[in-house]
Amino acid sequence: MSSAALCDIPVKLERGQREVFCGLTGIVWLHRKMQDAFFLVVGSRTCAHLLQSAAGVMIFSEPRFATAIMQDKDLAGMADANDELDRIVKRLLERRPDIKTLFLVGSCPSEVIKLDLGKAADRLSLHHQGRVRVLSYSGSGIETTFTEGEDTCLEAMARAAPHTDDEQLMIVGTLPDVVEDQLARLLDACGIAEAAKNVSFFPPRRAETLPAIGPNTRFLLVQPFLNATRRALLHRGSTHIPAIFPFGVEGTSGWLHSAGSAFGVDRQRVADGYAAPMARAQKALVHYKDTLHGKSIWFMPDSQLEIPLARFLARECGMKLLEIGVPYLDRQTLSAELPELPENLGIVEGQDVDLQLDRVRAAKPDLVVCGLGLANPLEAEGVSSKWSIELVFSPIHGFEQTGDLAELFARPLQRKQLLAV
Amino acid sequence: MELALWTYEGPPHVGAMRIAMSMRDVHYVIHAPQGDTYADLLFTMIERSKRRPPVSYTTFQARDLGADTAGLVKTTVRDAYERFQPAALMVGESCTAELLQDQPGSLAQSMGIPVPVVPLELPAYSKKENWGASESFYYLVRHVLASQPANDTTADAAPEVSASDAPRRMSANVLGPTSLGFRCRDDVVEIGKLLDLLDVDINLIAPLDATVADLARIPDADFNICLCPEVARTLCKWLTRTFSQPVVSTVPIGVGATLDFVREVQAITGGDATTALDAELSRLPWYSRSVDSTYLTGKRVFIYGDGSHAVSAARIASEELGFKVVGLGSFSREMARDVKAAAEKLGVEALISDDYLDVEAAIEAAQPELVLGTQMERHIAKRLGIPCAVISAPVHVQDFPARYSPQVGFEGANVIFDTWVHPLTMGLEEHLLHMFRDDFEFNDAVAPSHLHGGEGATPAALATDISTDAEAANDGSDDTSSPWTADAEKELKKIPFFVRGKARRNTEAYARDAGHDRITVDTLYEAKAHYAR
Repeated sequence: MSSAALCDIPVKLERGQREVFCGLTGIVWLHRKMQDAFFLVVGSRTCAHLLQSAAGVMIFSEPRFATAIMQDKDLAGMADANDELDRIVKRLLERRPDIKTLFLVGSCPSEVIKLDLGKAADRLSLHHQGRVRVLSYSGSGIETTFTEGEDTCLEAMARAAPHTDDEQLMIVGTLPDVVEDQLARLLDACGIAEAAKNVSFFPPRRAETLPAIGPNTRFLLVQPFLNATRRALLHRGSTHIPAIFPFGVEGTSGWLHSAGSAFGVDRQRVADGYAAPMARAQKALVHYKDTLHGKSIWFMPDSQLEIPLARFLARECGMKLLEIGVPYLDRQTLSAELPELPENLGIVEGQDVDLQLDRVRAAKPDLVVCGLGLANPLEAEGVSSKWSIELVFSPIHGFEQTGDLAELFARPLQRKQLLAV
Repeated sequence: MELALWTYEGPPHVGAMRIAMSMRDVHYVIHAPQGDTYADLLFTMIERSKRRPPVSYTTFQARDLGADTAGLVKTTVRDAYERFQPAALMVGESCTAELLQDQPGSLAQSMGIPVPVVPLELPAYSKKENWGASESFYYLVRHVLASQPANDTTADAAPEVSASDAPRRMSANVLGPTSLGFRCRDDVVEIGKLLDLLDVDINLIAPLDATVADLARIPDADFNICLCPEVARTLCKWLTRTFSQPVVSTVPIGVGATLDFVREVQAITGGDATTALDAELSRLPWYSRSVDSTYLTGKRVFIYGDGSHAVSAARIASEELGFKVVGLGSFSREMARDVKAAAEKLGVEALISDDYLDVEAAIEAAQPELVLGTQMERHIAKRLGIPCAVISAPVHVQDFPARYSPQVGFEGANVIFDTWVHPLTMGLEEHLLHMFRDDFEFNDAVAPSHLHGGEGATPAALATDISTDAEAANDGSDDTSSPWTADAEKELKKIPFFVRGKARRNTEAYARDAGHDRITVDTLYEAKAHYAR
């Protein structure tokens, strides 16, 4: 697609209060994906409070994330912040011998006082050599928005990954294990795995076993928010295979075809490979089409999944798109998605939440996709809502989840129909 | 630095948010980076609030840091005032903005905003949520009172308080209930009923559902009721100094405390002793004396929460339900003295710590049969297989029940009786389990019938999890390292499952202390006699 086409899509910029999580939130799903990794936020009580509020009720055992809460003496220079950090990491590693990778996660206060966590990670890696690998990335709100925390984490891992000259296809972005297995089977059935020689997933299930990266690595993204990771992989000499994202029937088949053509697999061979699961997806989708068709939807900027999901809901479910808010727009990462959107669409980059809510009230959408802070107040005003955080916690990729994905949006509408109180 | 897995309190600006959210016409501007808006969900999700918190954030990002963050504060303050037209504006900062030293409070004060502007300086690197709530409430009231022209105009502004010419009843301010406070929503209703029985009018309740105009009427009351000392103690002390208003400081949670509260109020009002209220206004005293409750005697209970709820719970547990308090703790350092005094009376050492791991270790060591705590202790108790009831914030969404469920006053005592006794095996049922324990229906995997189906493993887990390390050491009874003889092990199995874990631990402790290498049937019964209560 031409770069002119990309620039054609009108985007309104908005500056004001942003009602979004910071990148620390990514820890909630990253720590579940990589079960040998521990995430240590170097921050404040606010960071710790955010994490447990976002993690909600998922407290069943000792979590694999924690906060090193900075105190007055750390800021006043009475205690060397690095000595303090070393002490805390030592205590942590003694307590959790199962931890093989430790992420030091930067926060707003650690960024502002310019605590160099990269250096700290190198020092600690050396000190605990053979025992644990220490990496660092920023999840701070001044630098990252919500899902960008996964991006900065994977970027750090991509930089640290070993080198290989072997040919491979790498699938990039955190997926639930079950979805990963489904995609692996699909790549196999479509003949892509064989053509690619080797398929790996990034991030790996165990952070300890970082997949090797090199000039013969070609990669597909499964999440639309991995801009920095994409750049880091390009920097390692790898090649990005541009594709739409595997949401819905079109998304998943398009994604597979992009992979197939990159590896020279016959188009029909690919289509034969996914025929059965695609038929299942289409069948599942039928259940929700009546509920969703013709209904209007509004996206508040949040998870960065807005554009691919809007494409799915408009093209496959017949929903009417009103405003699509995105925290930020990376036209390169979304290069295959943007042309698929209907014309004359209102994309708003950034946020002024009060103005945006005024527009929501005026437009009266049937459904608003928003963060947890806005959902109940909108419902109280009679506007149905879908929590965007569920979209990053639930399996929604691929053919087998297409029905589930549509159901996430249909449920609030069906419930509204159902209730007589 | 301090390592925190879970925190009991948020940062101090969240305490200030609770004050703003409680009030009906106060807005709060926070100089804070993008992401700090997460705190909105505490109110909209946990408390199911229908409205957004009245809070505007500057949500600065990295690109703003090199530019004019102070200008961002001014824009946000101006926009917030114009859009929301609050009757008072609180202006402060979160942890990150504190490092920028933009002084948002002073900036806002210089902007000519025509309502009281309350600058909040809440040191985020040393203080926490309840302290933040307390300071914000105190400064808000002081600024509102300072902005009042004179006393007589204040009276004019609120004619409804002196509506009647009848002999004047005394009036009180009920201070401290807040948004996100434990059962505050229902406690303010219940305290109203109690004060009505005592012929006391409520001048105002604050901050919950109060207006700025209400705060201006605080001096009109004859006395103050400090219902939530974590939030209102600082203010109440100042009001006593400034307006000579006496304070009722007993928190009326539990029957005994409610009666003490009544006496304290009547000492101020000169209330008629013949109308003194009777403990039997609550069902708790009779329910507790009734025979079914004998099984509650000496139940080992571990209590942890904010200062006032932990202290209240300790008194109810020991004096009103006949439990044995085996641990008492709080995360409220500001209330440490009260908690320590209560613990000393009960002969236990107070745990003053907000380290979740310390609390978990203390609970494991105390081997309680019931845990009374916050949402964190619910998780600890679940892991250890110990019944638990929640008595204090912080709590999850399920602790904002749809039904009326206050903690204070006589109805509060009823609610507490039910809430604490429900998780335990009920008295008659415990007795029947003893009688029929050899019947196949009453095997270890059958849950008490009132604890719902599908949780058959729960009581068994209770017995085994309490004695995890003992069981681990005894993994396989033919293990030569086990001190238990086969006969003793068999005898142990005859003990009901829900006390078996404790019996095993006690017997092993007894054997260790007595220097027995082997545990025989005799050792088992010697230990039983030793620990008899």
